[in-house]
Amino acid sequence: MNLTVRESLIAFRRAPLLSALSVTTIAFSLFVVGLFGLVAVNLQHALQDVAERVEIVAYLLPGTPIESITLAEKDIEAFPEVQSAAYVSEDSALARAHAELVEFRDVLQELERNPLPASIEVKLKPRFRDVDHVNEVADRLRGFGFVDDVRFGRDWVEKLDRLRGIAAAVGLVVGAAFAVVAIIIIGTTIRMAVLQRSREIAIMRLVGATNGFIRRPFLLQGAIKGMLGGLVAIGLSYGAYTLINRWLIHAAFFSKEQAVAIVGFGTLIGLFGSAASVGRHLRRV
Amino acid sequence: MIKFTNVFKAFPKGGLALKDVSFHIAKGEFVFLTGHSGAGKSTVLKLIYAEEPVTSGEVRVSGFNAAELRPRDVPMLRRRLGIVFQDFRLLEDRTADENVAFALEVTGARRSSIPARVMRVLTQVGLAAKAQAYPRELSGGEQQRVAIARALVNEPTVLLADEPTGNLDERATRGVFQLLRDINASGTAVVMATHDLDLVRQAPYRVIELQEGALVYDSAVDEPREAASP
Repeated sequence: MNLTVRESLIAFRRAPLLSALSVTTIAFSLFVVGLFGLVAVNLQHALQDVAERVEIVAYLLPGTPIESITLAEKDIEAFPEVQSAAYVSEDSALARAHAELVEFRDVLQELERNPLPASIEVKLKPRFRDVDHVNEVADRLRGFGFVDDVRFGRDWVEKLDRLRGIAAAVGLVVGAAFAVVAIIIIGTTIRMAVLQRSREIAIMRLVGATNGFIRRPFLLQGAIKGMLGGLVAIGLSYGAYTLINRWLIHAAFFSKEQAVAIVGFGTLIGLFGSAASVGRHLRRV
Repeated sequence: MIKFTNVFKAFPKGGLALKDVSFHIAKGEFVFLTGHSGAGKSTVLKLIYAEEPVTSGEVRVSGFNAAELRPRDVPMLRRRLGIVFQDFRLLEDRTADENVAFALEVTGARRSSIPARVMRVLTQVGLAAKAQAYPRELSGGEQQRVAIARALVNEPTVLLADEPTGNLDERATRGVFQLLRDINASGTAVVMATHDLDLVRQAPYRVIELQEGALVYDSAVDEPREAASP
């Protein structure tokens, strides 16, 4: 077996307690980051669900010929921001009101004439669901001669915008803070592992081992510890997710890519933490 | 092979550890480095194995010039030296033969050649029978033999020994000293720092004496004298 690999594995066997401690520390640090990540992921899902409802409705003047409407529908669908445009006739508007407004069913029944206008309901592509784009599309819709009025929940869209801004800012700041704390804690544990073997390092230097040779087992070992820590953190997060799901609210878990990213993050912290610790140690002695 | 020319070495906190030290040690020589503790013996050795930089003057060791030494040259220099300390510096969690093999492994020796080379040096220092013992199971003298075996296994041209008998009783001291003489007899130069004047008197080797960082006596240059002054 390659000497680097052998020496890295031997270190686990020689100092099982310290190794386990490093892995546990890394795991819990990443677990905290992971929990926060879970919150962020679920917040994002919730906001996406809400954003689904961002819709612009263009009410049409009565008596607009259906040919014009069909043409306009095609035009609107061709807007770069638009995901779909659907025509709702007077009759289907009434039918929908019947179905949705149960309390007013009697009132609706007694109407002599359908008071509801026909409309075109426009849905935007996800990345355009913000105030500026919604306003822009609404203005363009007003330009059609047969459009009577354009409505969308302006307050609602603005609030959503703000919420998204806050979520992103908080996510970035808190996430970065957690990540930094994790890096510091992990760096310290790795430093302990290096100090524990300082005698060995001194002897290696004495007999003429190159710095690269001394460094390699530590790097591999750090990466392995980081990876194990990442895996444990995913396991812990999954446990937390299961509990939350059963007892509190229906939540989403990380996608496969996000889970791989967390393990990758752990591996990188382990690798660079070791590189920094060993580098510092080698420069100092 | 080892040449000091007007070497000064400053302590990091001020003051001089070595003052204008010059000497030349030839291939295959045996040299005692004597003087009180703090006289600069260890500093001379550290400059030889490039543990510390020279403040001024020139140190040449086996073709390397200390002043021009790049960090990555240091391991190459040390592979030509064997170094032994008073406190042995063995890895407690490895057996005697693993300690010796370690020096070969970390310098990238061919793996298949390692066991035979380890056994050969352990035999040379008289510890073949205890190859599987851990340092704690060995006496001080035996531990120093393991350390000497480790220093020899890379076939150095010089063996540096910093008070190698400082922690040993009289019998072990005699044994280790005899081992160093045998090693020297087979062609390896030995530089031995010691303040054990009995040892120095026992053998007809060259003596370099330091006093407060200055070279005060070199038997290769100065008149012979009856007894070393310290």
